[in-house]
Amino acid sequence: MKRFSLLCLIAAILCTPLLFSDLRAADPAGDKDSSELKWAAAVDSNAPFAFYDAHNHLTGFEFEIITGIARHMTRDPKFIQNSWDGLIPGLGRGLYDCVICGIEITAEKGQEVLFTDPYYITFEQLVVAKGTPPVSSLAELSGRKIGTLEQTAALRMLEETPNVVVKSYAEEINAYNDVCNGRLYGVLLDFPIAKYYAGPNPALEFTGPPFGKITYGIAVSRSRPELAKQINAALGEMVKSGELRDILSRWGLWTPTMAKALKQQADPSLPDTEYKAFAAQFEQEGGIIARLKKYFVYWPVILQGCILTLEISILSMVLAIVVGFLLALMRVYGPFPLKPIAILYIEIVRGTPLLVQLLILFYGLPYIGIKLTPFLAGMLGLGLNYAAYEAENYRAGLLAIPKGQMEAARALGMTHRQGLVHVVVPQAFRMVLPPVTNDFISLLKDSSLVSAVTLIDLTGAYTRIATQTFDYFGTGLLIAAIYLLIGLPFVRLTGWLEKRLSTDRRTPEPKPSFWLGLGA
Amino acid sequence: MSEPIVEVSNLRKSYGDVTVLKGVGFSVEQGDLVSIIGPSGCGKSTLLRCLNALETLDSGTIRMAGVTLERSEGERRLDPRFHDFAHELRQRVGMVFQQFNLFPNKTILENVTLAPLVVNKEPREVAEENALRQLEKVGLAGFAKRYPAQLSGGQQQRAAIARALAMNPKVMLYDEPTSALDPMLVDEVLSVMKALDAEGMTQIVVTHEIRFARDASDYIIYMEQGEIVEISDEDEIFTSPKDERTRRFLHRFI
Repeated sequence: MKRFSLLCLIAAILCTPLLFSDLRAADPAGDKDSSELKWAAAVDSNAPFAFYDAHNHLTGFEFEIITGIARHMTRDPKFIQNSWDGLIPGLGRGLYDCVICGIEITAEKGQEVLFTDPYYITFEQLVVAKGTPPVSSLAELSGRKIGTLEQTAALRMLEETPNVVVKSYAEEINAYNDVCNGRLYGVLLDFPIAKYYAGPNPALEFTGPPFGKITYGIAVSRSRPELAKQINAALGEMVKSGELRDILSRWGLWTPTMAKALKQQADPSLPDTEYKAFAAQFEQEGGIIARLKKYFVYWPVILQGCILTLEISILSMVLAIVVGFLLALMRVYGPFPLKPIAILYIEIVRGTPLLVQLLILFYGLPYIGIKLTPFLAGMLGLGLNYAAYEAENYRAGLLAIPKGQMEAARALGMTHRQGLVHVVVPQAFRMVLPPVTNDFISLLKDSSLVSAVTLIDLTGAYTRIATQTFDYFGTGLLIAAIYLLIGLPFVRLTGWLEKRLSTDRRTPEPKPSFWLGLGA
Repeated sequence: MSEPIVEVSNLRKSYGDVTVLKGVGFSVEQGDLVSIIGPSGCGKSTLLRCLNALETLDSGTIRMAGVTLERSEGERRLDPRFHDFAHELRQRVGMVFQQFNLFPNKTILENVTLAPLVVNKEPREVAEENALRQLEKVGLAGFAKRYPAQLSGGQQQRAAIARALAMNPKVMLYDEPTSALDPMLVDEVLSVMKALDAEGMTQIVVTHEIRFARDASDYIIYMEQGEIVEISDEDEIFTSPKDERTRRFLHRFI
C-alpha cells in the first residue's frame, strides 16, 4: 500500500503547479497594479493576425500593434491564450484587459463589449481556382458552393445571397485546399486571410471587387471605458507617427482602403518583408531533403508538442494506474457500497466517448463553477478514462491468482490486507504488465484528443505546422513517424521488464540487460 | 496428564444443504502425531481447514494452542471477535497444503522469511538466519536462492514446511501433503515430518499414506461421511478395528 500512496503523492505534487497556474489565470486583471496590459487572442492558424512562427515566437501584425499600444501606455504587454469561443466571455470574467483577434466591430457585439477605434479596415476577398471566369458580384455565385469560416462577416454575407451553397470551415487552409481539389467554387474571407493563405498558392487567384467593409476593433469590458480611452489615445499616436502604417506595410496589409480611412499616402512606407517571409514557406521545393529542411525549421514546435504529449500521457497513465487499481480492489474485494460504485463508474466511463468526456471536463464543468486548465482537463480526462480500462485489467489479474496463494498467506498469520499487498498484488502486477503497456501505447495515441481542449500537443503541432506550410500530407507523415518513435521505447521497456520479472525461471540465468533483452 | 493442546468438540459444518461435518470431536496431546484417514469426501480436509479457520465453523468449539474458537448452535451472526481469534490462532498454527502454495514470484528464502517479516516484524537478519536454519532442517540448505519452479515437488513441499515452521507454530496441520507428489518423492517429505515428531512437534495429518499413518502416528482417526468412526492406536486399527466400516476401508492394508 505504501508504494501506491507514494505514487498518489507524486501525482499530486506534479499536478500542483498546474492547479496554481489555473488560479493565477483566474485572478481578476483590472484592479491590480496596472503595469501590465493583458491581451487575449486565439493564436492557432491565425496568420497574419497573431500567431506563433516557426521558432515558436509570437508574431503577427496585431501582436505588433498591441505591443506598440502597450508601449505608448507604458505598460508591459502580457499575452493570454484563449479559444476563439471563449475570448469575449473571458473578458466579462476579468481574465484579461482586452481582446485583439480580428474581431469585427458590429452593433450586436457592441452590446456585449466596448470597442476601441478601428485599427484596421478591410473587406471580404473572393478567391477561386486559377482560370475561373471573373466574378463581379456575389449574386453571380448563385448555385455555387462557396466556403468560409465559422462566425465571420463573410458567412453572414453569403447567407444573405440567394442560392449560394455555403460551407463553413474551422480552418481557412482546408477551405482553400478544397478550392484546389474542386470541392468548392470559391472561398470568401477577410482580405488578410486571403492574402496569407491563398495569395502564395499558384493554383488560386483573387477575383472580383472588395466586398463589404470590415473594421477590426480591440474589445474591452463595458465596465472600463477609461481603458478604451487610453487605448484609443495610444492608437492615435501610432497612427500619427506613422508607426501603424509601417507595421501594416511590412505585413503587406497597407491597402488603398486603409490609406483612405487614415488619410495617409497610399503607397507602403516599408517593403513587405514579413509577408515575403511567410509566403516563402509555401514555395514548393523539389526533393525530400528540401522538404525535410522546411520541416526542420519547425523543430521547436514539434519538440514542445512531443514533450507535452509525453508529459500528459505519462501523468495520465500514472493516474489511470492508481485509480484503476483502487477501482479493481473495490470491485473484487469491496463491501456493499464500494462494489456497485466501482462497477457503475467502469461501465459509464467505458460506455461513453473519450472526446465527449474531455469536452465536458473542459467546456462543461465551468458551468458549475469548476474551471480546469487545459492541461489538467486533458490529464484528468485521459487518466480517468483509462482508469476504467486499467481496473478491468487488474481485476482479471487479481482473479487469475490461484485461491491457494491467499490461503497460504492467511495460514501464515497474515491479514487479508497483508496477503493482498505482499502476495496477491505483486503476482497480479506481473500478470497485467503486458496489457498495461499495451494500454499505455494506445493512451499515447489517444492523447492526440487533447488538442480538442486547446493544448498544442504533437497533433496540435501538426495542425499548426500544416496550416502554416499548406502541407497536410508531408507534415502528417512526419508527425505519425514521431508518434511511432516515441512509443517504441515503451514497448521495449516492457519486453525487458517482463523478462526480468518472469516467474517461471527453471534455470538461473543472468538478468537480461536492457538492450539485449529486447524483442525476444 | 497435562491438558491437551488441541481439543475439538461437537464441530459442525455444512455447505448449503450438504452437511460435511456432523458434530466432530477429538483431542490431541502435546507432541502427538495424529493421522486422519478416510475415503474421499468424508470431510477430513474440511475438518482440517476448520481447525485454522480457513473455513468458518457453523457450531462447536475448537481449543488449540491457547486460543478458543466457539460458536453455539443457531447463532446466526458471527461473534465480531471471531476473526480476531482466528487470526491469533493462525499465528500459532502452521499449515501445509496439498499443492504447496509456495509464492512463485519469490525465492525459497523470501517465501520462508515473508511472514516473519510482515506479521512478526522481525528484523531481516534475524528472519533470514532463522529461515536458513529451518531450510537446513528440511534438507534445503543450498536452495535458498532458487525459485519454487526450479525445485522438485518434494523439495517444494519441504520448503512449504520450512515456511510454516518459521512462524514457530505450536501445532502443524497437513492437508494431504504427499498427494500431489511422485511416489519417489513422498518419503523425503514424510521423513521431515517424522523428524519433527521426534523433536516433539504436535502434528495433525490428513493423509492417504496408510503406511505412513501406521508407521509414524501416535494414533489414527478414521472418518466417514462427516463423522469420526473410530479413534484407535495405530496398530490396533489395522489388527482389530472396532468398527465394521473401518475394517471395510482398511481391508486392503490388513
